Amino acid sequence: MSNTKRVIYFDNNATTAVAPEVFEAMRPYLTELYGNPSSIHNFGGQVGFAVEKARAQVADLLGVRSVDSKGHHSEIIFTSCGTESDNAALFSAMYTCPKKNKFIVSKVEHPAILNVARELERRGCRIGYIPVDSHGRLDLQRLEEMIDEETALVSIMWANNEIGNIYPVEKIAAMAHKYGALFHTDAVQAVGKIPIDLDNSQIDMLSLSGHKLHAPKGVGVLYIRRGQRFRPFMIGGHQENGRRGGTENVAGIVAMGQAAAMAKADIGEENTRVRALRDRLEQGIAAVVPSIRINGDPDHRLPNTSSISFEFIEGESILMLLDQLGICASSGSACTTGSLEPSHVLRAMGLPYTAAHGTIRFSLSRYNTAEEVDFVIEHLPPIIARLRQISPYWDAKNSGR
Amino acid sequence: MWDYNKKVMEHFLNPRNVGEVENPDGTGEVGNITCGDALKLTFKLDKDGRIADVKFKTFGCASAIASSSVLTEIVKGMTLEEAAEVTNKDIVDVLGELPEEKMHCSVMGMEALQAAIADYRGEAVASEADEDHEGRIVCKCFGVTDTKIRRVALENNLRTVEEIKNFTKAGGACGCCLDEIQQILDGIWKGKEAVKEDPFAQLSVVQKVIKIQEVIDREIKPMLEKDGGSIEFVDFRDDKVQVRLQGRCAACPSAAVTLKHTVQAKLQELLSPVLTVENVK
Repeated sequence: MSNTKRVIYFDNNATTAVAPEVFEAMRPYLTELYGNPSSIHNFGGQVGFAVEKARAQVADLLGVRSVDSKGHHSEIIFTSCGTESDNAALFSAMYTCPKKNKFIVSKVEHPAILNVARELERRGCRIGYIPVDSHGRLDLQRLEEMIDEETALVSIMWANNEIGNIYPVEKIAAMAHKYGALFHTDAVQAVGKIPIDLDNSQIDMLSLSGHKLHAPKGVGVLYIRRGQRFRPFMIGGHQENGRRGGTENVAGIVAMGQAAAMAKADIGEENTRVRALRDRLEQGIAAVVPSIRINGDPDHRLPNTSSISFEFIEGESILMLLDQLGICASSGSACTTGSLEPSHVLRAMGLPYTAAHGTIRFSLSRYNTAEEVDFVIEHLPPIIARLRQISPYWDAKNSGR
Repeated sequence: MWDYNKKVMEHFLNPRNVGEVENPDGTGEVGNITCGDALKLTFKLDKDGRIADVKFKTFGCASAIASSSVLTEIVKGMTLEEAAEVTNKDIVDVLGELPEEKMHCSVMGMEALQAAIADYRGEAVASEADEDHEGRIVCKCFGVTDTKIRRVALENNLRTVEEIKNFTKAGGACGCCLDEIQQILDGIWKGKEAVKEDPFAQLSVVQKVIKIQEVIDREIKPMLEKDGGSIEFVDFRDDKVQVRLQGRCAACPSAAVTLKHTVQAKLQELLSPVLTVENVK
């Protein structure tokens, strides 16, 4: 684990590298431009303008064109992370819809939604969980049956972090509105990878996170459609139009803006070059490694994500051997996190245990190269073969037991 | 990221004795694919009854593979009697350390070894299925019995539910059985605690007498002397401390109260709750 070793970073759904341009954009706000955007003097005020510029950049990425009377894109609220945005969205719905106490989420949401839903349950709300099929696709019929007049909010992720499935959030938003329910989407994995046009959508609230799109950790965004009632999660000063107290993380917000501008410019690349790299990786592995499954919905999947189950071996061992070569990936297996069960997403899909424990996620970014992909295609198969040679199940399988 | 030490990494990267012994004398298989780790151990004995060859196949994480590898090195050359004494602690000792959450990997090694020995001896193989007959399944997710929880808790001196989870996986999934595990732990350690944890009980009679004399001289006598009395240590047998109250105390109508609430209470507090005191004339 030496730092000098070459690193092939295929774990971009966990976090991403801060883009050099992003770092340069935020640097002045960590050094000379340290004013408080709320101050009356120009030294602070100029920092306030930088925050508004970043807000406009994020709005542009999300397809939010309308502005308020001050000319600000006040539908965009800066937060500290995607998790805070998710918390704010769900709790706001609970407080502003006191007559409705039902919330609907999917079984494959991120813990930032699932655990908030559990907390709402403890506070007396009812939670409906939408199941998925073996490809991780939502059971929309079940969703339709579940939504009713008592539903306060439906929250479905735009794209899944583990398997990369893209969910039909527009369609679900329309279903929610039919019953007068709000719709929120955790779009942390989707933003920057698939085009988003919120002005022409029915989505009421959307969460995103800076560090998934080459901004640093510690900044997030919550979009709240104009006219939507909202109750702050972080209560404090008048910042963000009184909707999120706390002095702005100016450097992080500026970085977020720059990252959003770059994501907007590069979104085509995500869907062409990055997609091609991902496909090359997947096909290269599938061509030489037997007994694998490629997880997720082949027709609606993020262009950068590949979830592959290597049957009869265990994910942590694979990751540790990859790590020896400087290859960073992650797994849906139990052992890596200290939990004893495979991930809730793989279990919701009903993936057999023979496969679930050996599931590896590769998630690419525009900073990856074909050469890196080829390096992995070359070095991964021997690792799989070596671990299978140690595994008692591989043996049993091949002797036909 | 686990912070595995060099020894664990070395055995993970270069595992010893991988494979299966041909025509083995004993075979032990534990764990299963649902649990996320499994180990198949095979061995062959030489003509003196020592383990001449031993091999493993493991499905699991780095620490499971390292634990299996180390296990084969430990038992090679042992008689079955010696091998039967090997515990998960021996595996951890050789590895130096394992992360707490990974202790169950070393337990799996021990179980596979015991299963292989039982297989050789023609005893009921101590596989998970058979353990059901020995014990009652407590953790339904991972099929862990109360017998196993008790055995591992006693062997490794485990006191908390969290430790039981790290060593056996029990309670690590749905968590429905956590209360029951706590009850099992209470059953093991309550009662034992009092006797085991009483350092006074471990002392020789002479040391006990010295301790009692010290407490009487340093703690009790000065208290009584303030009221114009005194005390003398006479004898000690069967946890009974014989003293003689003197001076004003000897004639005091509340001597019995003094004896119980001052002398006996102080000795119990500072030395051992089993001590009683009696006044001899």
